[in-house]
Amino acid sequence: MPHKSTKEKLSPVGESMPRIDAREKVTGAAQYADDIQFGNRLLHARIVRSPHPHARIIHVDASKALALPGVKAVVTGKDFPGYIGLYLKDRHIFCRDRVRYVGDPVAGVAAVTDEIAERAARLIEVEYELLEPVLDPEYGASHGAPLLHPDLEQYTVASFIMPKPRTNISNHFKIRKGDVTSAWKECKAVIERRYHIPHIQHVPIEPHVAIARVEQTGEITLWDSSQSPFAQRDLIAETLGISQSEMRVIAPLVGGGFGSKAGVSMESLAVAIATKVKGYAVKLLLTREEEFYTAFVRQGLVAYFKLGCDADGHLLAMENTFYWDGGAYTEYGVNITRAAGYSCTGPYEVPNIHTDSYCVYTNHPVGGPMRGFGMPELHAGLEQCIDELAEQIGMDAVEFRRRNCLKGGSSLPTGGKMHPTGLTECLEKTAEAIGWGHKSPPSAPNKRRGKGLALMWKAPAMPGNAGSSAWIELAEDGKLTLGVGCQDIGQGAFTVAAQMAAAAFGIPYESVRLATPVDTRYSPYEWQTVASRITWSTGNAIIQAAHDARDQVLDLISQAWGENREDLDIVNGTVISYKSEREMPVKDFAVKGLPKPDGKGWIGGPIIGRGNFMPTDVTGLDPETGQGDHAVVHFTTGAQAFDLEVDLDTGRVEILKAVASFDVGKAINPDLTRAQMEGGLIQGISSALFERLQLKDGRVANPSFVDYRIATAADLPRSMQSIIVEVPQDDGPWGARGIGEHSMVPTIPAIANAIYDAIGIRFDGPPFTAEKIYLAMLEAGIVHGPA
Amino acid sequence: MAMHTINLTVNGSRESLVVPSNMTLMRMLRETLALTGTKNGCSAGECGACTVLFNGEPVNSCMVLAVECDEAEIVTVEGLAHDQQLDPLQDAIIQAGGVQCGFCTPGILISARALLNRNPNPSEEEIKEALVGNLCRCTGYVRIIKSIQEAARMAAAAS
Repeated sequence: MPHKSTKEKLSPVGESMPRIDAREKVTGAAQYADDIQFGNRLLHARIVRSPHPHARIIHVDASKALALPGVKAVVTGKDFPGYIGLYLKDRHIFCRDRVRYVGDPVAGVAAVTDEIAERAARLIEVEYELLEPVLDPEYGASHGAPLLHPDLEQYTVASFIMPKPRTNISNHFKIRKGDVTSAWKECKAVIERRYHIPHIQHVPIEPHVAIARVEQTGEITLWDSSQSPFAQRDLIAETLGISQSEMRVIAPLVGGGFGSKAGVSMESLAVAIATKVKGYAVKLLLTREEEFYTAFVRQGLVAYFKLGCDADGHLLAMENTFYWDGGAYTEYGVNITRAAGYSCTGPYEVPNIHTDSYCVYTNHPVGGPMRGFGMPELHAGLEQCIDELAEQIGMDAVEFRRRNCLKGGSSLPTGGKMHPTGLTECLEKTAEAIGWGHKSPPSAPNKRRGKGLALMWKAPAMPGNAGSSAWIELAEDGKLTLGVGCQDIGQGAFTVAAQMAAAAFGIPYESVRLATPVDTRYSPYEWQTVASRITWSTGNAIIQAAHDARDQVLDLISQAWGENREDLDIVNGTVISYKSEREMPVKDFAVKGLPKPDGKGWIGGPIIGRGNFMPTDVTGLDPETGQGDHAVVHFTTGAQAFDLEVDLDTGRVEILKAVASFDVGKAINPDLTRAQMEGGLIQGISSALFERLQLKDGRVANPSFVDYRIATAADLPRSMQSIIVEVPQDDGPWGARGIGEHSMVPTIPAIANAIYDAIGIRFDGPPFTAEKIYLAMLEAGIVHGPA
Repeated sequence: MAMHTINLTVNGSRESLVVPSNMTLMRMLRETLALTGTKNGCSAGECGACTVLFNGEPVNSCMVLAVECDEAEIVTVEGLAHDQQLDPLQDAIIQAGGVQCGFCTPGILISARALLNRNPNPSEEEIKEALVGNLCRCTGYVRIIKSIQEAARMAAAAS
């Protein structure tokens, strides 16, 4: 329909808009939690930590520390009896009667300077009685292992987590589907493998930091680097026995999260100390060493796989047993075990499944959520088994995957059917881009070259009722302020949120401001910024808020102009009528309304839109069979492939080309989507080639950047290609689903498969360091060492 | 703790400060001058988030004592833009999408500025070499490297 408006209807959705926070980040103006200035009422906190993996606390003597000038408070576990935790309340804020890992917090000090706090912490004397530690998850799960949590059955636990009382198993997730025993007889080929995936750490460049202040009235304010301000408000308030609205969390920009700043960890320590020095702000900033083993780590995994297929390469059965090395407390980790359980087959249709996924307490650092939430660990072994099975029946690995990978309507391991998915398209495009089937010569005589590929799937792992909300307010200048409770942890959530608000309301992207930092007193509720759920879940809330505000605008204008709602639209910040061709910028009425048509009085008023979203159709699973209608909201799927060389003289892997392809449903911002694919791929490469927390007798032997190597600019593939596939999610905003975590899920096995293609050697787990590869080549007789 | 008076230039502004012997340049910038763009990632000279220019050379400011800065000229990330005009490196890193969480960005921009000052037309290998002391966990470096190449190209085209 013709109209005189010069405004072409432009939607920023699907466009690579520049980041909304880029300018402040490149000028140094961006504020992170440690940048907030508190003046002279700031105290510095230090933590006294257990030097033992497992011991009983006999006595704590803080008298020397308290006598040190400048020390304002010392707190210990006896001051805080409550339990805390996300899915299983299994930890105290400070240890009370026993310590369960090297680094477990025993006491906290607040002092006027950081130096005094550190000195005071060293003056606190703790007497321990050593206990036998559990340093292996399989041993921990066995009868006769020392019990680390004798009170397990008394802990408060989420309904879908199944601890086994009087064992170290804090969750046992099972799948029993079909009949594996009979199925093995039908198999042409069966393989059995054991993999060990080591602990690694998230290594955000910004260490954890929390600043807490408790008023004389008892009201608490916490400023911190956080993916989960609302969950922290909820859990810390509950543990301290105050109501949630007396606890306020203010969360500025996050300097990298990757899961480590989700849930509650060190933040509760700062709050607990602050309760003893009311009126002071108390800052706890983890040292880099503390970051490596007292913040969450990625759980270790010992995984057993048995899988078989028929002569045509159809997968018939899988029997998987996972022992998760959950560490000293598994309040968050129990759900990783569950996620790995319901995703145990990888992205394949398998008719007969027998899976046990055990979360096991050990005296290791606390396992927690990390980018991928169990999926990189699970896929690391599984996707190598798929290659091996294909090889056994003499089938190409891509063809094998083509036959077995999930399509829309395929049966899921938990029952129910797969939604439409672009997994096959990801597979085909990735194989084509890497030149699958073409063997390329190595670049030098002392190199061997190989290609490898892996698929992946991952669902958001969260309670079925994890909610999001948003509000939208119009200002006098017609610009739109968007309130959200999600966090930008680098992934671009604020940018994508602004794009979606702009598109759903009908205003340019540049006219959207975000009401940040997130502040639980003013911001709308968000469960947590985790699980790659924000674009999808918060996005749906934003659309609803924008439509609510839009409805108010159109109602007002239809009344003021005497026109039908259906003839009106908001385009680029201006209301237009397709019928009368009238138009009016939003700013003309956004706050002050409009005169009534008869001139007697006013209509309208300040416009504020509200929206929320919560999935409503996730069902529980049968605890004995893991079967149910709808285990999770959806799965993002994808593929990666590598073309690499192994240097025969050094064992070093050099990646020539890396390809990634993911079905994101709809790329709201294609450039940010590709940036997630690239960044995750490099983090995945780092975990495949370099990273491992070296645990020796419960101690992390390499807690520094010198001894724990992460990828640097010198470790990049020579070329990278990121391919976006878009098969829409029916309940996603514009069809979108998440992509943040997925990009490091298939990396380890794709690289392992390429290394195998190059030198014919497989390893029982990463990292595939030059040393490990060289020694294996020596043993296999591929190289013969220096003459 | 002994106190010392130092005179120095920070982002073109003359400063006269009284600092304790054990204060690092990083803490002086962040706490005394409230220039919090310089980030503290490890306090051990390993991550590069606190990189600043010290008489034109990139240094980890957590490894330099404030008392060593008497009569020095310091440039931090806050000193890269002039009169609202971004440094071409800042423009380029925004355009290339080389910023994610932003915590390593100030140190990376300073290392890149030092590189382009001494070598206006660096090769990809030279850029990677200049950045190995700056850890980034989000971006995978690819877009950062592209942005430095682009800033160098723009500077060459403008001269």
